[in-house]
Amino acid sequence: MNTPLRRVSLVVMGLIVLLLGQATWVQVVKADEYKANPYNQRVLLDEYNRQRGQISAGGEVLASSVPTDDRFKYLRQYSNGPMYSPVTGYYSQIYGTSGIERSMDSVLNGSDDRLFVRRISDVITGRSPAGGNVALTIDPKVQQAAYQAMASRGYQGSVVAIRPQTGEILALVSTPSYDPNPLASHDGQTQRDAWQSLNPSSNDSPLVNRAISETYPPGSTFKLVTTSTALEANMITPQSPVTAEPRITLPDSTTTLENYDGERCGPGPTVPFSVAFAKSCNGPFAQLADQVGADRLRAQATAYGMENPNLTIPMPVAESDVGDLADGASLAQSGIGQRDVRLTPLQNAMITATIANGGIPMQPHVVSQIQGQDLSVVDTTEPDRLSRAISGSTASTLTQLMIGSENGGTSGGKIPGIQLASKTGTAEWGASPKTNPPHTWYDVFGPVPDPQVAVSVIVEKGGNRGDDATGSSVAGPVGRAVVAAALQGGR
Amino acid sequence: MARPAQAASRAGRTGGPGVAPAEMPADRTALRPAVAAAVSTRRGIELLLLAFAAVITTGALVLVEANQNQQLTLQLLYLGLAYLALFSAAHVAVRRFAPYADPVILPCAALLNGLGLVMIHRIDLALALRASLQGNPAPDANALRQIAWVALGLTLFVIVLWRVRDHRTLARYGYTAGFIGLVLLALPAVLPSALSEVNGAKIWIRIGGVGIQPGEFAKILLTVFFASFLVSKRDLFTTAGKHVLGMTFPRPRDLAPLLIAWVVAMGVLVFESDLGTSLMFFGIVLAMIYVATERSSWVVIGLVIFGAGAFAAWTFVDRVQTRVAAWLDPLSDPTGATYQVSQGLFGMATGGMLGTGLGAGRPELVPLSSTDFIFTSMGEELGLIGLMGLLMLYCLIATRALRTALAVRDTFGKLLAAGLGFTVAIQVFVVAGGVIGLIPNTGQAAPFMSYGGSSLVANYVLVALVLRVSDAARRPAAEKGRAEPGAVATPPRTPLAEAHTEMVSRSEAATPPHGNPVAPATPPRGRARE
Repeated sequence: MNTPLRRVSLVVMGLIVLLLGQATWVQVVKADEYKANPYNQRVLLDEYNRQRGQISAGGEVLASSVPTDDRFKYLRQYSNGPMYSPVTGYYSQIYGTSGIERSMDSVLNGSDDRLFVRRISDVITGRSPAGGNVALTIDPKVQQAAYQAMASRGYQGSVVAIRPQTGEILALVSTPSYDPNPLASHDGQTQRDAWQSLNPSSNDSPLVNRAISETYPPGSTFKLVTTSTALEANMITPQSPVTAEPRITLPDSTTTLENYDGERCGPGPTVPFSVAFAKSCNGPFAQLADQVGADRLRAQATAYGMENPNLTIPMPVAESDVGDLADGASLAQSGIGQRDVRLTPLQNAMITATIANGGIPMQPHVVSQIQGQDLSVVDTTEPDRLSRAISGSTASTLTQLMIGSENGGTSGGKIPGIQLASKTGTAEWGASPKTNPPHTWYDVFGPVPDPQVAVSVIVEKGGNRGDDATGSSVAGPVGRAVVAAALQGGR
Repeated sequence: MARPAQAASRAGRTGGPGVAPAEMPADRTALRPAVAAAVSTRRGIELLLLAFAAVITTGALVLVEANQNQQLTLQLLYLGLAYLALFSAAHVAVRRFAPYADPVILPCAALLNGLGLVMIHRIDLALALRASLQGNPAPDANALRQIAWVALGLTLFVIVLWRVRDHRTLARYGYTAGFIGLVLLALPAVLPSALSEVNGAKIWIRIGGVGIQPGEFAKILLTVFFASFLVSKRDLFTTAGKHVLGMTFPRPRDLAPLLIAWVVAMGVLVFESDLGTSLMFFGIVLAMIYVATERSSWVVIGLVIFGAGAFAAWTFVDRVQTRVAAWLDPLSDPTGATYQVSQGLFGMATGGMLGTGLGAGRPELVPLSSTDFIFTSMGEELGLIGLMGLLMLYCLIATRALRTALAVRDTFGKLLAAGLGFTVAIQVFVVAGGVIGLIPNTGQAAPFMSYGGSSLVANYVLVALVLRVSDAARRPAAEKGRAEPGAVATPPRTPLAEAHTEMVSRSEAATPPHGNPVAPATPPRGRARE
């Protein structure tokens, strides 16, 4: 019987070896894959036990982790939560993260390679590993002015302000906003209640980041792109005569396109292009778009940064799109920013900033520095020039045209002694564009000739002013307030 | 007994009666009486190893308390003292009732038990914290109840050592044990789910608030039954049939016992949806038949029919299919059907090579983390290294039991020890394999470690039986007369496990005191008499 007994012993050892092999497979070979699985709650739970880095802007701490004495060692806290939440995002045990909290997670949780040297010293000195800090390009004064201007009026929409020469994002506002503090609570019920009240499945939810995640029809602000295309192609000058008719028939169709309120653009049959630009008459731009053609229009839009699905600031930015441009009619409608043209407010601000910067778009970014736990600088974001979108002369011509537009519009909120250049937009949207209150836009930069800031404002649904809302009357005062705040900052 | 009769008995493999005949000096080592007096009981080593287990357990407990930011309370002291007292009592009982027993098995069980207790306590803390944060009352502390179960288990351990002075007496109750074992095994299947099902596993008998898993006791009773059955009916299994591929297959009509075991295993698989118990039960039967007959053909037949049955069950039974699907892709439904297994794997992966440290992981995220999934809890906090250590402890217990089977001389004892040792091994394989994804998961307790009374008590009875057999295997023959009243006194002899193999001194051997014939110069076979 001893021979089979020895063999059974071998079988027993074989079984144990099989178990050891499988354990090795799980704990060594597949470990990283399992650890990274989104359903593995341990990773997030562990982060609560580590001091996450802080997010600051202009010396102001926006998000930080403070020690607590409950089951997790640190609680994430946001100062001025609703004002900054479109940038900071939230940090929730149940609902995950968004914004900078998500995009800069590896820095904030301390796992980023740039913090590597520091991590080793943490291990050696026995300090609990803490995350690195993120300093933002956001200027608190500009952000506050933008948020106040939108929130105090109850506007739903977005403001993006960019420093044209560097691409630094000075303000990024989305209203209505939310407070990320309850979502970071260590109490599950508080998190769930907050999440429910934010109505996450709705398009109107405060969780939607309107500045970078939503795209809107740009309306007349897209005439900046159409005009750029025609100027670059030398097909027009500010003096060129263009039609003054209140309505035109779209190419390849019987559909007519009329100016705002069906007004004539001028008393005669034609007006100079500069007048048509200042009054934002639709007919001439529809015809211009048809003349330059779909390819050139799309190429110009792409040069401004549109149709780029990989844009990050470092939060991912929704792709702005010119649309199909299948026939003359759609091309003409697209030329005035309707049809299928969709822009994020950030993209619109990029176009404005490019014109302000003499035709050179800068990579927009919201992170200025990555800092170690001790606030020492680990990495600084350098301004990044993208390839030239329009020539310098086109940029200065557009600037003159925009000065005309600014000076011809309503005067609400104008800053005495400061020359701004702007373009308004009033965009129809949705299934019944004639009855929906329009989205109102305002793109502005200033002061000319040395622009310090470029701003794009969208107020959705006319800011509840009904059908009469225009970019000039609704979005304009918001944009000018933001520019004023940026210029007063003395930066 | 006359020598030729013995030879015939060996040659024909007809086996003896249920109780093996008294020891005979048929092997060479039996003629070395001079060594007998020097045989050590090794109880000192057992005590040392138990103290080592206590130190490790206490250290683990302190680590947990430190990592969980607990005050080092008096309760800690009570837990440690209770542990120490219980195993000291067990050690004293072994000294008293089985002084020659294997010194390694009990400390291995004690260490596994201690680390299991620490893990159960650690998960208690986590669950209590979770409950307090949710505003719920804290759940009962399982660790304290487990200590009570340890006490009960060790009490039974002592009673078995005390009452069963010779394991061969058990052979008389073979059929009774087999009958009770079968009833226990089948009971959960026929009971209504309200009385037998917990968390989807229909392997319980619950009366009032108390639940027991009868399968845990059934495995021991059935092992006793099979050992005695195989001893008395060995000829049935060794009768030659056809020779195919170099193997001697049994006659078809002799397959009946194996087929009955197969039917029972399939019944457990289908009606209790319990691959674990099914595999365990059938594996034990196969291993014991193989040991008894020395014919691998039985294993081949057994594996083939089990495989076919399992395949059929997979084809026709939905629950089995679900389990297999969850096994093949443990991440396929991480919020539903495979939640538990995937969380267990995540825990182990997070632990990695060295583990998070006791008390510093999150094993409580896995449902049933202190019972069925205690292996993944250990894997998370102790890491691959710790898990390997635990598996090696199990391996030690099983192989020590098999070594006992090698050393003991009576057939029943061999089969009993081998069956019990293999039981531990295959149960660990089924439980650990299930939770780490080697085989489909079924709800089973890890011997000694998991929270749960049935398993703990049954396994201490198992250890007591193994120690009883090993005591017999290692006991010098000189003491047998005292230990086993009524047995024919035989010359003192070295236990086989301790024996030297040289033959030099044989001619100088003193005449055996009781006139046994001197063995022939060349024994008929080199193998120890069975």
